[in-house]
Amino acid sequence: MSASVIIFYIIAVFILGAALFAVTTRKIFRSSIWLLFSLLGVAALYFWLQVEFIAAVQIAIYVGGIVVLIIFSVFLTQQSGKEMPKTPVRRKIASLLAVLCGFALTALIVYRYNFQPTSKPFAWSVNRIGTEMLNTGTGGFALPFEVVSMLLLAALVGCIVIAMRTPAQPAKKGVEIEHSKLSSFSSSTIEKEKPVITEEGGVL
Amino acid sequence: MSSVPISHILILSTALFFIGLYGLFTRRNMITMLMAIELILNSVNINFVVFNKYLYPEKLDGIFFTLFIIAIAAAEAAVAIAIIINLYRSHKSIDVEEATEMKW
Repeated sequence: MSASVIIFYIIAVFILGAALFAVTTRKIFRSSIWLLFSLLGVAALYFWLQVEFIAAVQIAIYVGGIVVLIIFSVFLTQQSGKEMPKTPVRRKIASLLAVLCGFALTALIVYRYNFQPTSKPFAWSVNRIGTEMLNTGTGGFALPFEVVSMLLLAALVGCIVIAMRTPAQPAKKGVEIEHSKLSSFSSSTIEKEKPVITEEGGVL
Repeated sequence: MSSVPISHILILSTALFFIGLYGLFTRRNMITMLMAIELILNSVNINFVVFNKYLYPEKLDGIFFTLFIIAIAAAEAAVAIAIIINLYRSHKSIDVEEATEMKW
């Protein structure tokens, strides 16, 4: 039982515990913070596996990008101190049963399949990753790289189009409320303005 | 390092996958469902890196798959949050049970 084995099990418990809290806590802001810790634990696992490049990418994109995005959307759409409604017990039991059966089956298959790890060292380097990613020959990843860049562009444009407020939205429930609020607001301001005009008229 | 068997790391990623699936089943809030999907994608990434490192150490395919999955997950999260914010603007709620207008 060497130190690295103990470190692996500590990381494993950390990841699973944080993930479990992230999916079970009823305050949405706490849930996103637990998700942050779970993703940091996964980054620590990549460090333990000695693929530091993936760990850096994980921290930069997941922890620095996606979780911040999720926390922003929580602040925009929720009262973060409020608790979410309780899950019905029937749904909880049914999903727990389904998940446990799936986990048991998969873990059994993984456990009984005899993986034979090779003793060769894992020879990755950022240099090699860059060369192979932009290589157009056999085994190169230039085409998926371009496809992903197109996907990112499409996602960027799509996000702007979806989140942009259209000037003339069809009347829906929430929009109607907004309109009625707006109209009442504007009418009240007009009513407030009216006496000013008459006063001015009176002055004139 | 070599004293931890591969199956233990794979069982860790399996457990992470099914925790994410449990969150996806029980939550009805769109943001928390998105968080559960992120957990599932992370477990898949762990699997790719572990298979690449221990079974095919002379290749780099698992690392490339992980990088592409992370890029697609970022794009997916951005689009999903744009949709969620738009839905919140029109319905004042991001509960999936209340967004039933496209159901039929």
